[in-house]
Amino acid sequence: MAKKESTFLNMTLTLFIITAVAAVALAYVYKLTETPISEAKAKKLQTAISVVVPGAENGEITIDTVPSPDGSGNLEFYTIKVNGEIIGTAVKSFTNSGFGGHMAVMVGFDQDGKIIDSNVLEHQETPGLGDKTNKSVSSWNDQFKGKDPQNENIKVKKDGGVIDAITAATISSRAYSDAVQRAHSAFMVHNEKMNKEDVNTGGTISNTESAVTN
Amino acid sequence: MNNWKNFTKGIIKENPVFALLLGMCPTLGVTTSAINGLGMGLATAFVLVLSNIAISSVKNFVPDKVRIPVFVVIIASFVTIVQLLMEAYIPALYDSLGLFIPLIVVNCIVLGRAEAFAAKNTIFSSMIDGLGMGVGFTFALTLLGAVRELLGSYSLFGYKFIETDGILVFVLAPGAFFGLGYLIALIRKLSKKS
Repeated sequence: MAKKESTFLNMTLTLFIITAVAAVALAYVYKLTETPISEAKAKKLQTAISVVVPGAENGEITIDTVPSPDGSGNLEFYTIKVNGEIIGTAVKSFTNSGFGGHMAVMVGFDQDGKIIDSNVLEHQETPGLGDKTNKSVSSWNDQFKGKDPQNENIKVKKDGGVIDAITAATISSRAYSDAVQRAHSAFMVHNEKMNKEDVNTGGTISNTESAVTN
Repeated sequence: MNNWKNFTKGIIKENPVFALLLGMCPTLGVTTSAINGLGMGLATAFVLVLSNIAISSVKNFVPDKVRIPVFVVIIASFVTIVQLLMEAYIPALYDSLGLFIPLIVVNCIVLGRAEAFAAKNTIFSSMIDGLGMGVGFTFALTLLGAVRELLGSYSLFGYKFIETDGILVFVLAPGAFFGLGYLIALIRKLSKKS
């Protein structure tokens, strides 16, 4: 078969048909993968939460968006209830001072504001150095477990804190500590607000609470 | 050219990375570990085969003046399909390759094979060509990833041999250039002898 002439009509028609076919194919694949993708994302979030608050996989999760006290952005709060009792709050925090810029960190707190556990969600740190902030790479972030940021200064030792920085990755360690600190201060502010609301609303609290759990 | 030769030329003699020096961006960027290299190679191979088949089958209906836009639309569609499928079914790999998947669109190997081979040959031999080039690219990326992982973190496919830090420069960007340079030199030397 001979090649089509490059006339205006031929070119327009060819491009139209090709893009139309491509659009239909993409729409079909998008529809096909829509549910698996949202399921995969939900599962990822669920796993990330249960890493920092063990037991979360059997709990009810309530999602809140809370502005950071220093006004630098929003944090996501996942409050986990098992049988109507809060077992912990996972806070999705962030920092922009990582070696690769933005870094998202999930921190689990118990009701007193003590750190249960923490882990990195997203980062662009250097492989082999800064990515040791991640649990799957090294056990570095275990040292945050059980620390209470109110009594202990969550900063690397070089900055006068209590955290041992990763060798040759002080910037990543500092950024991680910054994200944990931000999560904690937001958590404290949020907690105080919740307690105040409890006092203000007085007796109605038990009703609303039972309404939520039912 | 027979089909077997057509297939094997992509692996060593016309290997896209070691001989043609095409697609350097993903080659240098993602090969921090063997598994990343393998994943990127397979994704590219998948796109290469499908786009070669598609382009070869429409080549007679496409006027010359608009062939490049048509090729790019076809390639971009396949890349998006790969990206969606990967995000849905292998989210772990998607997380580590995420940024580089859309870059397959502008990977010169894919467009290069479309223009140099698929636009002039039959559907079947285009498919074989895509398969050969894809295997060659996967081989090159996995090899470079393995070398960098081995030297940079003393591990292979995530299995650690020695519990210490490796030669860090091999995990960083300069290590990609060192590794690639030495591999190309080695392959040139080997293929000259034979």
